[in-house]
Amino acid sequence: MIHFVLLISRQGKVRLTKWYSPYSQKERTKVIRELSGVILSRGPKLCNFVEWRGYKVVYKRYASLYFCMCIDQDDNELEVLEIIHHYVEILDRYFGSVCELDLIFNFHKAYYILDELLIAGELQESSKKTVARLIAAQDSLVESAKEQASSISNIIAQATK
Amino acid sequence: MASPSLMDTLFQRTLDDIIKGLRHQQAGESAFISKVVEEIRREIKSTDLHTKSIALQKLTYINSIHFIDMSWAAFHAIECISSPNFSHKKVGYLAISMSFNESTSVILLITNQLRKDLKSNNEFEVSLALDCLSRIGTADLCRDLTPEVFTLLSSSKVFVRKKAIGVVLRVFGKYPDAVRVCFKRLVECLDGTDPQIVSAVVGVFLLKIFAKLAPLEPRLAKRVVEPICDHMRRTGAKSLMFECIRTVVTSFTDYESAVKLSVAKIRDFLVDDDPNLKYLGLHALSIIAPNHLWAVLENKEVVIKSLSDDDPNVKLESLRLVAAMVSESNVVEICRVLVNYSLKSDPEFCNEILGSILSKCCQNVYEIIVDFDWYVSLLGEMSRIPHCQKGEEIENQLIDIGMRVKDVRPELVRVGRDLLIDPALLGNSFLHRILSAAAWVCGEYVEFSTKPVELVEALLQPRTSLLPPSIRTVYIQSAFKILIFCLHSYLLQRENIADDMASEMLGLKSQGECSGSSALVTGKAPACQEQDEGFNPRDSNKSYEDLSIINEGDVSALLEKGFTHESIVNLLNLIELALGPLSGSPDVEVQERSKNVLGFVDLIKQEISNGFVSERASKIIDMVHDAFTEELGPVSVNAQEKVPIPDGLMLKENLADLDAICGNVQLPSSISFSMGSPFGESVGASVSIPQSKEESEPSSESTSLLAEHRKRHGLYYLPSEKNETLANDYPPANDPKSSDNTNDDAQDLVKLTDKSLLPKRRSNHAKPRPVVVKLDEGDVAPIIAKKSATRDDLLSDAVRDILLGNVAKTASSQSIISDKSSSKRKGKEKLNVDLPESREILGVEKPDLGNPSSRRSKHRSHGKEKSRKSPEKKNSDEIGDGEKESRRVDIAIVGIKQNKELKGP
Repeated sequence: MIHFVLLISRQGKVRLTKWYSPYSQKERTKVIRELSGVILSRGPKLCNFVEWRGYKVVYKRYASLYFCMCIDQDDNELEVLEIIHHYVEILDRYFGSVCELDLIFNFHKAYYILDELLIAGELQESSKKTVARLIAAQDSLVESAKEQASSISNIIAQATK
Repeated sequence: MASPSLMDTLFQRTLDDIIKGLRHQQAGESAFISKVVEEIRREIKSTDLHTKSIALQKLTYINSIHFIDMSWAAFHAIECISSPNFSHKKVGYLAISMSFNESTSVILLITNQLRKDLKSNNEFEVSLALDCLSRIGTADLCRDLTPEVFTLLSSSKVFVRKKAIGVVLRVFGKYPDAVRVCFKRLVECLDGTDPQIVSAVVGVFLLKIFAKLAPLEPRLAKRVVEPICDHMRRTGAKSLMFECIRTVVTSFTDYESAVKLSVAKIRDFLVDDDPNLKYLGLHALSIIAPNHLWAVLENKEVVIKSLSDDDPNVKLESLRLVAAMVSESNVVEICRVLVNYSLKSDPEFCNEILGSILSKCCQNVYEIIVDFDWYVSLLGEMSRIPHCQKGEEIENQLIDIGMRVKDVRPELVRVGRDLLIDPALLGNSFLHRILSAAAWVCGEYVEFSTKPVELVEALLQPRTSLLPPSIRTVYIQSAFKILIFCLHSYLLQRENIADDMASEMLGLKSQGECSGSSALVTGKAPACQEQDEGFNPRDSNKSYEDLSIINEGDVSALLEKGFTHESIVNLLNLIELALGPLSGSPDVEVQERSKNVLGFVDLIKQEISNGFVSERASKIIDMVHDAFTEELGPVSVNAQEKVPIPDGLMLKENLADLDAICGNVQLPSSISFSMGSPFGESVGASVSIPQSKEESEPSSESTSLLAEHRKRHGLYYLPSEKNETLANDYPPANDPKSSDNTNDDAQDLVKLTDKSLLPKRRSNHAKPRPVVVKLDEGDVAPIIAKKSATRDDLLSDAVRDILLGNVAKTASSQSIISDKSSSKRKGKEKLNVDLPESREILGVEKPDLGNPSSRRSKHRSHGKEKSRKSPEKKNSDEIGDGEKESRRVDIAIVGIKQNKELKGP
């Protein structure tokens, strides 16, 4: 099972965190500090796995972003690498050649995409097309809901004038 | 719906504003955040859900990136998810899945909302609720919502069904009883999986299931092994291949052909350029090593080359493999290679190497060590490696070996002496623990020392002031033991001489010679005799060098252990001189022990003046010596439990709130009990009081007190826990060496180990293995297979209940299942063929099993075993011991344990 997903920038800034196992706020900060220290200091030609506190952390660098996932000892590292790549590809398709800024400004969307990809720390959908379709459908739902809301608030605003 | 804070709604900052604002702030980031949080606190109270949800979204952002606490907004998040508006709902669920945990108090409030959303017609709302449940599900939530999730397993929407399966996974973990309800439906789900999902990922998933089921049902393996091998041969996906390999090496190690095939595939991984594959190959080897060592030996060249890899992960993994290759016949050579290599590597890895040597060698009570003399000197050598930080472990082993292996004691004393005598080692704080072990060993087994006086000098050398007080006390006590030994052998010698003199008159001559050779000392001796134990300025004027030079001359003049009156007086003076200043030490223990020794020295000095030993003195010396020569055996861990607690002794009541009282005071890891009498600590305390007085007590009482003191405080305290610090901390990437250099290193290593890994005849060990004292219950074998957590036990229990428990009533349903599977089998892809087959096996197996209940109870007892050491466990230990015994008859099994002396608090 995947225990958490971290996106860390080259400078050690956290871009996204998703926890599938219970960690307290304090532990989270500690985990991130520890792991970013370990992972960012690793050279480019080393393997993508880090043993850490009895778990394994699989990471991969895309441009300036490190995508890290923490898994159990008996999980398949190569599979998780594929999941990471899969996630990046979906992000890329959704944002159209994704960059770090996209994730900064649309952090919630990155979360929603991740939610379509993983559930309870397991992969749920391996088809990029399906994920894209689901996200698009939800986006349109949100849009229509927003329009509705804004029209109502317009009405209210006008009514109170 | 008109909100009172309309202004807030209209002029609310959006998430984008905040992100932009944060990016513009360079220094005052935290101030900006706290300002934003203030705003959010105001906005979130708005009754307008739109305003509220935006505020919540901002808060979620700040929480996820800047770790600002958002638990206070839990209730507002619940309000958001109850909104009919989808976007609000979405924001609310995101916030909840980010911030809720088991201890969130309002979590009870969302049960109904979740239920409503799970039943919703909008599949996206359902999926939001499922996502949320999968993340925050507590036992209560899972119990309450199981029916809804269960219904969703048969949803018409594929993606909802998939999510529901994922949630079921979580539910099973939290609430194992759900398995009873859902399992069959889940199996049907798997059965009906659309062919489109069948991919490498599903393959991996299936294999995982097989790996988990295999230990439960041996006959499954037979059927599954072939298809898995097929996959291994055919598949191009490395992840699937690796999973196949892993499944084989973890679960199907009995199938020769499958293992051979996977070892061949591992070899492909190992020689691959991709560091990932290399690492995984090594990892797979280390899984297989315990059962099929030949696989490692076959690839030893690669393994040893990887020791000098750039990647610390790869290095660690290969170190583990090298450690796995160590056996009785090659332990000497491999340890030599490793120690040499550790000298060249960076500190972190050096300590990894040392740690793995230490843990490997002490495995199963030094099972693989034949030549203990060699091992003890290796320990000595390891202590001198500059980066060595394994002081505690080496300390434990030195003491442990000393107590267990009688034959090695002379060598142990020699190694200890070499360590003690080197003043340079005292400066390294990592070595202090080792030094204290060396001091203890030298004191305890001083009878094997050739030059006891030299040891006293080493123990009292000026640089010992660098030691922490706890270790100085060991030094002082060891010096005291050696002194007693010297005095005693002097007495014996005198008796012998007296005997000799009675028959011949030769003794006179030799004595005269000796006193002549050290006239200088004789001159000084009477002067020193007059000094009292207090600090004497004249003493401080004398330099240590003077004394030691004299003493060395003295010692060298003495053949073997012959002591003259002068050398004894000299020794007494040396001790007095060195310990004098310590009698004012701020550390109680140091002060007390040195005063005891000084008092004793003072007493003896008065009694043996002018080469004449009084009756009284010899009696005292005899008594103390007797106390010290008594063999200190290890004590069983459970010894204390076996002592019945006397009536009226209330240990728990008094100590229950000890933690609260002591607060941050660090307690010694165990409370003193080795009083000889089971009457608690108060007795000990009252006994110890007179000891701390300065004046020496009447002789008989003082010796008994000294013996008592020794018993009570312990010269040496053995921590009972042996903690494995291996691989806890991850070493940072080290600076890469130049490639040609590492290659050379690797070549060297390969060459060196090449020889040593060849199977050798035992002939090079001329000596028989010495007796190693073994404990039947204290030494729990450190190799315990990874036990699954209790939660998993519960889960697999439940699964087993489903699979095996309801044999009677499934007779009909079983046939249905197998019918279905057989009919489905035709049109299915190859991967799916595995699945019905396996289920079929499970189905067929049911009636055969006969008594499923016994199987289950056996499994359950396993869980109990962990909580309290049950008799079964002991039995199994005994069986293990029995095997060993038949193999090596000379191991005496004694029910004892090492922590025999416990230090007083």
